[in-house]
Amino acid sequence: MTTSIVLAILVTSLATYSSRFLGVVSSEKIKETSKIFRWFNCLAYSTLAALIARIVIFPSGVLSETDYVIRIIVLTVSILVFYVTKRNLVYPTVFSAIILSLLSGYLG
Amino acid sequence: MINSKYFFQGFSCIKRMDSPAIALGCCFIAIGALLKNLGFSIQESIFSTLLTYALPGSLVMAESLLVGASLINIFLAVWLVNTRLYPMTVSLMPLLMHESQPRWKYYLSCHFIAVSAWLIMKSNYQSVEKENRIDYWIGIGTATWSVAIIGTIIGFISSEYLNKDIMIGLAIVNPVYFMCMMIGAMKTIQISISVILGAILGPAFYFISPEWCILYGGFVAGTIAYFIGEKK
Repeated sequence: MTTSIVLAILVTSLATYSSRFLGVVSSEKIKETSKIFRWFNCLAYSTLAALIARIVIFPSGVLSETDYVIRIIVLTVSILVFYVTKRNLVYPTVFSAIILSLLSGYLG
Repeated sequence: MINSKYFFQGFSCIKRMDSPAIALGCCFIAIGALLKNLGFSIQESIFSTLLTYALPGSLVMAESLLVGASLINIFLAVWLVNTRLYPMTVSLMPLLMHESQPRWKYYLSCHFIAVSAWLIMKSNYQSVEKENRIDYWIGIGTATWSVAIIGTIIGFISSEYLNKDIMIGLAIVNPVYFMCMMIGAMKTIQISISVILGAILGPAFYFISPEWCILYGGFVAGTIAYFIGEKK
């Protein structure tokens, strides 16, 4: 193993674990019925939604090679598939991968 | 030490209808292929998924290595994108804590906190008594972690056969799966407003600061949702 890659992996895991670790430390003092727990619950869901929306609208990596209109259409149709199939998670995910691969091959 | 009944009950979440296995598998196949193209060996790729186990963090690391960023820059970039794990941990661990359980279980199993395992635990915790929730959680975490590692290996091995169009298809699975899971979790007014506002404000803050937009957008959206929900 080359050292720089190993160091990069270690630095990445340290940066990731630190947030989890601090979360457990804080959790020791927080009751699940408290107001601060409910606030953190909101923050967790909103931050996740922000992250996912950012990945779709301003992606990095290969996704950025597709048009954002196409990505939003694929996401919207997948959510419709999710509802139509009575909240099945397999159909929308498989659907989205196939459709976007085909569209990207066809339009690109 | 760990109650195997609850551990396997949690572990079997990957066999269910809302199984994260497909979505997680696809993402980590993409990661495995990406790491191979970056020059990682198979050991390094496995090591990376094993130790980090948070997809956006691994992606940021890969991109930073690609542009030759310093270790400090990698740390900051990863830390920024993974700070979301802090509110996720604080909104999960109090549900699992019980005085009969040893503390090390919490400090070790917090490594499993990533979107997929977290969403599954959040929607199922009420079906398990508080005393046994941590063992159930360790089961879920072990299952999703294993899928991630297997996905990385498959991606690494099959990277030659994955062309750009397939990689694009794999990359969209992650946001689609998580968006559907989040919509499924929108059962209270607070969570619904958090998800909708977060999805709007996250990208909106991108115009102010691309690095901080997730944290700014998430913080503002979550706080507004909290106050609206408390007033009702």
